[in-house]
Amino acid sequence: MLGYILRRVVGFLPVLLVIASLSFFMMRLAPGGPFDQERALPEQVRANIEARYHLDEPLWRQYLRYLGEVGRGDLGPSFRYPDRSVNELLALGFPVSLTLGLCALTIALSVGGTAGVLAGLRRNSFLDYFAMSLALGGISVPNFVLGPVLMLIFALGMGWLPVAGWGTWRHLVLPSVTLGTFYAAYVARLTRAGMLEVIGQDFIRTARAKGLREASVVLRHALPGAILPAVTYLGPASAAVLTGSVVVETVFSIPGIGRYFVSSALNRDYTMVLGTVVFYSVLLLLFNLIVDVLYAYLDPRVQVR
Amino acid sequence: MKSREPRVESREAAPAEGGPGISQSLSSVAQAGAIRNPQSRGSGASPWHDALRRLRKNRLAMVSLTVLTVFVMAALLAPWIAPLPFDKTNLRYGAKQPTRTHVLGTDELGRDLFTRILYGARISFAVGILATLVSLTIGVTYGSIAGLVGGRVDHLMMRVVDILYGLPFMFFVIILMVIFGRNILNLFIALGAVQWLTMARIVRGQVLSLKTREFVLSAQAIGASPRRLLTRHVLPNALGPIVVYATLTVPAVMLEEAFLSFLGLGVQPPMASWGSLASEGAAAMEAYPWLILFPGMTLTVTLLSLNFLGDGLRDALDPQISSHR
Repeated sequence: MLGYILRRVVGFLPVLLVIASLSFFMMRLAPGGPFDQERALPEQVRANIEARYHLDEPLWRQYLRYLGEVGRGDLGPSFRYPDRSVNELLALGFPVSLTLGLCALTIALSVGGTAGVLAGLRRNSFLDYFAMSLALGGISVPNFVLGPVLMLIFALGMGWLPVAGWGTWRHLVLPSVTLGTFYAAYVARLTRAGMLEVIGQDFIRTARAKGLREASVVLRHALPGAILPAVTYLGPASAAVLTGSVVVETVFSIPGIGRYFVSSALNRDYTMVLGTVVFYSVLLLLFNLIVDVLYAYLDPRVQVR
Repeated sequence: MKSREPRVESREAAPAEGGPGISQSLSSVAQAGAIRNPQSRGSGASPWHDALRRLRKNRLAMVSLTVLTVFVMAALLAPWIAPLPFDKTNLRYGAKQPTRTHVLGTDELGRDLFTRILYGARISFAVGILATLVSLTIGVTYGSIAGLVGGRVDHLMMRVVDILYGLPFMFFVIILMVIFGRNILNLFIALGAVQWLTMARIVRGQVLSLKTREFVLSAQAIGASPRRLLTRHVLPNALGPIVVYATLTVPAVMLEEAFLSFLGLGVQPPMASWGSLASEGAAAMEAYPWLILFPGMTLTVTLLSLNFLGDGLRDALDPQISSHR
């Protein structure tokens, strides 16, 4: 197992190299630089700024310098916020985005998983149809529509929760629900399908024949198999939660990474954009690895070599 | 870097494989329904005819199909049925609640919301369909090559797909939109280029299982070229899953377009898509809630219908799966 993990981590390196190079050259292809302003800067000032950020060097040297710095874990200074490094800015925003993302995933797994298991157990019942209609609705409502509508109802209308901002747990409720709804719906569908697959198998019949309580049959024997599809989905889902948080953070004015990503892309804050992409890619690769290991743990048929 | 490779290949192979294969298949679906219908009572119906019959029985899918037909027709006919020009402003009128002249109300510039949603539908549907075609072309080409060649090439190509799966792709789309300008052409190319991964996996799986079947082997023994093998024998038999997944790609792409437009990275004013309308509506919703509610509802109903239709098609085309439901 340890060898497998090590080999996977080594395998990340070429992937990260490709990602870093791709985003580096994509940003540099862009017309317009970060210091283009309406008012033309004096020639000397401009030259000084470019020298400071090494923008006057040939492209290949900038590229090698960048790769070297990223390799050492230094994502460079932000172009837009002078005297701030990208590392600092990410460290400021990441705990916020992480909290939001984890809450959303928790909602997705707990609500979606429960609904899926119940719907699978009581197939074609009212509960099943109700939960699955709700799930299809949840998949179809875009989060940028759901967010404002929830805000309209629960914050502006009822006044139960704060409209926007960040700080207390009350600020967390609406954004997490907004972000988590889609994944809860998806997980519910996957878990239901998984439950239907598992519940007809021989080992379940055996467990029942042994006279186990139904709760034990479901929770101990059926559940691990039933949530496998949902576990597989967790990898892509975590990627999508990060992307989705761009919108949710914008809608609810939350000071996370996602909100700054769009503004820094628009401002051509090269280092900030590159840093965010590299950082999130590392995060996702790690998360996918965890999911794979978890999968092997849940499904004894999967052999990790 | 890696993702550029299949795109180049697809450009050469697309007209030969993607295009005619699919249009043929769609017409064969229609034929299966129209021509064989009278004579095939009982047994001996083609699989497509069977599927169509099953789909007709699915009430939710048929309702969705009707809704979608109405929406698409409305979008196509927008210049004729819209009550007002889509960019006609009336600053003195301002944002008003729905009235008899403005059935869905007006926005802050006094533009008729119903008209704007109609025109937005044109953009949203166009992006949804075109980006799906892009993803279909790339995915089918990539998947067929991997499946047909097999061995080490297949292994490598699928590893690339696995890796790409885990990446925050929307970030790349955002960068692409910032760099290459925010026009619609770039929008659907970027979105299609992101959506092909699952399609490639599905097609590859189908090709792998079909290429060892007797009818393919016999065609191979006669001396059919790989291209002929693929377009005449393998792909037509893999069409079911391809059609189902393409149907489910359309709402995904429409959602992503709306997402980008919501962030201000998609369609630019004065043009409107449902995403940019929702964005404007969200900004003004405290005072004028109908500006978010109507575009949001239209988008949700459309996505819901597309998802219902996709689910219905999957059940209809793959009875094995539907027996589980």
